[in-house]
Amino acid sequence: MTSILAGKKFGIFALLSALISISPAMRAQDDPFHLETSAGANRIRIAVADFKPQSGDAGSFKHTFDTTLFADLTAAGIFDMVSKDMTPQSTPGTPAEINLGQWSAAPASAAMVAFGNLGVANSRIVVNGFLDDAKNAQFPQVFAKQYNEAASDDSARQIAHRFADEIISRLGGVTGIAETKIYYVKVLGGSKEIWEMDYDGSNQHAITHLGAISISPRVSPDNSRLAFSSLGKDGFQIKMYSLLLGRLVNFTSAGGTNVSPAWAPNGSQLAFSSSRTGDPEIWVSDPEGRVAHKITSFAGPDVSPTWNPKTGGQIAWISGRTHLPQLYIMDADGSGVQRLTDGGYATSPSWSPNGQFLTFAWDRKYGPGAPGGQDIYIMEIATKRWIQLTHDSGPCDFPSWSPDGRHIVFANGSGSRARIMSMLADGTQKRALTGSGADMPNWSWK
Amino acid sequence: MISRQSMTWKPMILGAAFALLAVTGCHHDHASGIPANAGAPMTSGLPAPTASLTADPPSIDLGQSVVLNWRTTNASSVTIEGIGPVPVNGTQTVSPSNSTNFHLIAKGDGGETEANVRVTVRVPVVPSTPDNGNGDMGSEAAFHQNVQDLFFDYDSFDLRPDAQSSVTNAASYLNAHPAIKVLIGGYCDDRGSAEYNITLGENRANAAKTALLAAGVPASRLRVVSYGKEKQFCSEENEQCWQQNRRAQFSLDK
Repeated sequence: MTSILAGKKFGIFALLSALISISPAMRAQDDPFHLETSAGANRIRIAVADFKPQSGDAGSFKHTFDTTLFADLTAAGIFDMVSKDMTPQSTPGTPAEINLGQWSAAPASAAMVAFGNLGVANSRIVVNGFLDDAKNAQFPQVFAKQYNEAASDDSARQIAHRFADEIISRLGGVTGIAETKIYYVKVLGGSKEIWEMDYDGSNQHAITHLGAISISPRVSPDNSRLAFSSLGKDGFQIKMYSLLLGRLVNFTSAGGTNVSPAWAPNGSQLAFSSSRTGDPEIWVSDPEGRVAHKITSFAGPDVSPTWNPKTGGQIAWISGRTHLPQLYIMDADGSGVQRLTDGGYATSPSWSPNGQFLTFAWDRKYGPGAPGGQDIYIMEIATKRWIQLTHDSGPCDFPSWSPDGRHIVFANGSGSRARIMSMLADGTQKRALTGSGADMPNWSWK
Repeated sequence: MISRQSMTWKPMILGAAFALLAVTGCHHDHASGIPANAGAPMTSGLPAPTASLTADPPSIDLGQSVVLNWRTTNASSVTIEGIGPVPVNGTQTVSPSNSTNFHLIAKGDGGETEANVRVTVRVPVVPSTPDNGNGDMGSEAAFHQNVQDLFFDYDSFDLRPDAQSSVTNAASYLNAHPAIKVLIGGYCDDRGSAEYNITLGENRANAAKTALLAAGVPASRLRVVSYGKEKQFCSEENEQCWQQNRRAQFSLDK
């Protein structure tokens, strides 16, 4: 295993570029750790006009829409955003109203302009959004979209997410994540419930009301079900919640402690840790808990599986078979076991959507009196080379990849002090999504 | 009842040897009963009597019968207490109503000798009425005094040497109170990761369960639940508190 210390930077950086860069030609060797924030020549400079109100009561919705749209495009990490201080004062509502010359000229110097109008009529919110190429005077329009939803602040935010994802998809060539969700554990005094929020931390609300300690939420690839583990009289058991029906559905228990469920990418299998035969091992069953079979067999804890979402053919997990917990991978039938970490205390792996990387929490100097800290790392599976993404910010755990593979959400702090943060997959643009009392985030698959 | 095992035999054999008597029954490991034996002082030049007495089976349920079988040599009169005079060799079927020591006395010209056998009668126990709210599970205080929690080193689920005496005490208390069922809770300190700690706690509770199984407590009376670090005994960030939280906790599984 090789750490990314001096001399190794470029190699690992090339890996990371492949992971998070949108433009294949992008090089940032001068500044390897600030890929996403540096003003690279290939980052598209985009201006966002405040949308033009179409009716008097659009005010508060328009504010939500404008701030959400700007935040989504900023968070995407692929644009050179034009500060709103530098954009023209005009608020063009339609292509006929925009003077692109104003936007392409200094100081805005925008290559692209997003603009449009927002109105409320008959309790419906109607948004017309446009994206224009400011340098193409003859045929400037890249696309136009109309959105029509029941009027609410949440609708305004969701429409902004969808419009942002459309822009990111058209210009970046990747699927946007502004419509994705993050499931997490809300710490409420003596109990822990499963909550859901938008990818940017807004719209936080409860999913479960069990009054128990529920942990490890994992949403199914099609967003229809939520698996988690809940503490009852017989210890922790896997629970299955239907997000469509709004209630718990069957998951067969077979004794022992059952924790840390993980969905296979095809949604037809679930891996989890079960001690139904005594020692905690990794088991695989269908989404109702049936046809369960054991795929590990070694004394000591085996827990926290995660599937290779690209192939569905491999599982990474944490095993304490050699004492302190280490990161391993195996084929989904339990063969081909490989250990990836060479020491310390490794937990909570999440597999990148492209199949090449694992992110996990690692305390490389774990032990009584050791100065170690638990931080988030990324490892390239083929080479076992790794980089550290968080530093000196308190214990970090439970990293989870965004579906575009460019962001990681994680928990910072422990117990009731834990909060959820997100960052780009190179460790930049860290920001808190929640206040304290939020833990164990899981990013939806789409 | 008298054990059939040779360990228990030994004092008797020694006793017989001390009397310089060749007691035939001592060599004989009858599968179905215990040959009793006796030593008698040699009072004359004549050979002293010998006697053996066995019961088959040596223990019965109330209402069942048992066959007594005795053999003597050099005896002229033989009596079994409670039965009366009997032939010098013979068998008799008896059905005692409670556990009984059968005592055989063989008299002859060379002296007198004795043989004993105990028949154990298992009398069904009427469940005792609850007298303290805990039934026959004993008191909560007595349980915790005798069945003490086990503590573990950090990130370890191996029983420490100091846990062995706790396990021994716990097992003897539990074996003496067969109505008690035990919940074994596995706990971890709040360092490390939540999911991993649940499986580590499971292994700690399992280690305690395995030790009790080895000490003769049936698996049917033991239940394991891991709480990982989701439940804590204290919350200070120091080794003393962490140690408190790294444990297998025993409680009455009511």
